[in-house]
Amino acid sequence: MSARDEILARVRGATADVVTTPADRAPTAVVEETSPGRAATLDLFAENVADYRAQVVRVAASGVAGAVADALRQQGCATAVLPTGLDPAWRGAATEVVRVLDEADVRVDAELDAVDAVVTAAAVGIAVTGTVVLDHAADQGRRALTLVPDVHVCVVRAGQVVHDVPEAVGRLRPEPGLARPLTWVSGPSATSDIELERVEGVHGPRTLVVVLVDEEV
Amino acid sequence: MTTTTPGPVQQTSLVFVGMPKFPTAAREALANTQQRRNLRHATHTIRDKRARVVAEVPEWEALRVAGAEAKDEALAHLGDYLEQLEASLTANGATVHWARDAAEANAIVLGIVRDQQVDEVVKVKSMATQEIELNEALEAAGVNAWETDLAELIVQLGHDRPSHILVPAIHRNRSEVRDIFRREMAAVGRPAPEDLTDEPARLAEAARLHLREKFLRAKVAVSGANFAVAETGTLVVVESEGNGRMCLTLPETLVTVVGIEKVLPRWDDLAPMLQLLPRSSTGERMNPYTTMWSGAHDGDGPQDVHVVLLDNGRSHVLADRVGRQALRCIRCSACLNVCPVYERTGGHAYGSVYPGPIGAVLNPQLRGTTSEVDKSLPYASSLCGACFDACPVRIDIPELLVELRGRVVEQEGRTAESAAMAAAAWVLSDPKRLAAAQRAATTAGRVIGGRTVRAVPGLGAWTDARDVPTPPTETFRQWWARERGQGSR
Ligand code: SF4
Repeated sequence: MSARDEILARVRGATADVVTTPADRAPTAVVEETSPGRAATLDLFAENVADYRAQVVRVAASGVAGAVADALRQQGCATAVLPTGLDPAWRGAATEVVRVLDEADVRVDAELDAVDAVVTAAAVGIAVTGTVVLDHAADQGRRALTLVPDVHVCVVRAGQVVHDVPEAVGRLRPEPGLARPLTWVSGPSATSDIELERVEGVHGPRTLVVVLVDEEV
Repeated sequence: MTTTTPGPVQQTSLVFVGMPKFPTAAREALANTQQRRNLRHATHTIRDKRARVVAEVPEWEALRVAGAEAKDEALAHLGDYLEQLEASLTANGATVHWARDAAEANAIVLGIVRDQQVDEVVKVKSMATQEIELNEALEAAGVNAWETDLAELIVQLGHDRPSHILVPAIHRNRSEVRDIFRREMAAVGRPAPEDLTDEPARLAEAARLHLREKFLRAKVAVSGANFAVAETGTLVVVESEGNGRMCLTLPETLVTVVGIEKVLPRWDDLAPMLQLLPRSSTGERMNPYTTMWSGAHDGDGPQDVHVVLLDNGRSHVLADRVGRQALRCIRCSACLNVCPVYERTGGHAYGSVYPGPIGAVLNPQLRGTTSEVDKSLPYASSLCGACFDACPVRIDIPELLVELRGRVVEQEGRTAESAAMAAAAWVLSDPKRLAAAQRAATTAGRVIGGRTVRAVPGLGAWTDARDVPTPPTETFRQWWARERGQGSR
């Protein structure tokens, strides 16, 4: 018997006492927190992102390009890689302060090691946990882009911010056959492995700047 | 316990059989104060953090119920969900393998590594690959397996074994870590900087540099997974440092070893899990990084993606109607951090990669109750119930311990428990004997046949297999003044 058939037979034998079927299961109980309102959710998002030691900048839609340029300048970056689908205005702003490489120009991921920063959009923000989720669409780039460079400037639009985790899971449900990889980022990379002392920055970007666009008026 | 058709139990690994005998007298005082202090500090710190973030969630109890329900559903119809998972993964471009036991899983991984003609792999911390001793199997075949989690790196470079699920190097302090890095890094890659201090930030930086060259050149990575969603074929790795992202993203080939109990039926089941796990584990609202992938993604990450579905005793546990709830475990380690026994004994003592309360119930179920250590583990508890209260998926560990004790007593006759207790009482009643036992355990445990094995004095039953607590070197009052007086947490 193949390993597959044998394991399945063992598992079915082990659960022979079960009388229900998968179809009997009710929908997953969704335990949600009620949002205290949009403004409060956005404030909470900003607060929790900052609490996990990312830098948060809140701007109006017109201020994004400036905020991106400021962040790159303040971090002392000389080079930045940009995803192919990044907003042209942000790209323009970045080009003024750093040497810009396009995702398509960096074929080998190892070359990203020489790049200082990356600027991306995001897919979802989660207020309760201070999380940014990337779905690596064209305005975020392939996963290596937001992993190897040491500074990540991430623009999150207010409309992308949900209140809690179940809402985010709902929004990110993969379409059949079109699953995207997802990266959930909550603050910069961190470890507490040595005497439980928290150290920011092990392998992922050591600096995370979240630009929150308050576009709702 | 009531069972239906049980699958075979797991083989006890070479590392944990044949533990050394307790020497009749301990000679050298290898003081273990550091380990005890580290452990107490660790468990209490994480415990307090966990309590704070759990208190933030008004519906915590409802979440626990939802989490337990999702896992119960997966386990009740595991055959169906495994087939669904296989189909989803295959549709997403992954190659699915099945492994009855550790040897089969290791052979599959080795075969994939050989196909790529490489002599090294990078690894993300994974309980499943520790359980099957994949690193040892790869090394025996001439393949270096580089652990990339900081704590695992410390353990690996120190030729040591993990002592905690979440913070495996918690038994090492910063100066030990610096010494290990200075001594060992050069032999396996980029050396530690000349001027390395014992500042945790400097140590983390040294690890970053040492490992980056490995990440950038590795062709094959091996990981575990926290969850595997049957409905969508999504695999999930929850981590902090970014080493997981490196392994899951940069190499061309990715092999993920997944215990068959890691299945979640539906995408929506991730909602309770991603709320329960980080808060229970590191005491954070969310861990820094979570990666989800579904097979191979065009132009992004590994294109050669393998998943090894591992039984290795799990179907045996599943056959037990009471015991199967232990398979709900999401390895958060909350039960370790609240356990008064674990706090004093440390993790090496449980004779398995699964320490603490969950280890005390899972190991005897996975491996059967034939070995001395597995017979004794159900006694490694005061049945205080703290583990059940902390468990995010509501595993009733005290209930299982009592059941397992009953099984051991039935199997051994009446003598087992009383012998265990008598021997323990003999040692525990005399602080000098206890201290000697602990020192002996530490000394005896260092290196056996090139491997490090800790523990195993001869206390009788369960205390045999762990680092026995040193009697307090200070009074409670002194401790309180030192720990709390200076507001050091
Ligand atoms: S038994 Fe529960 S508390 Fe312990 S590690 Fe598993 S899930 Fe966490």
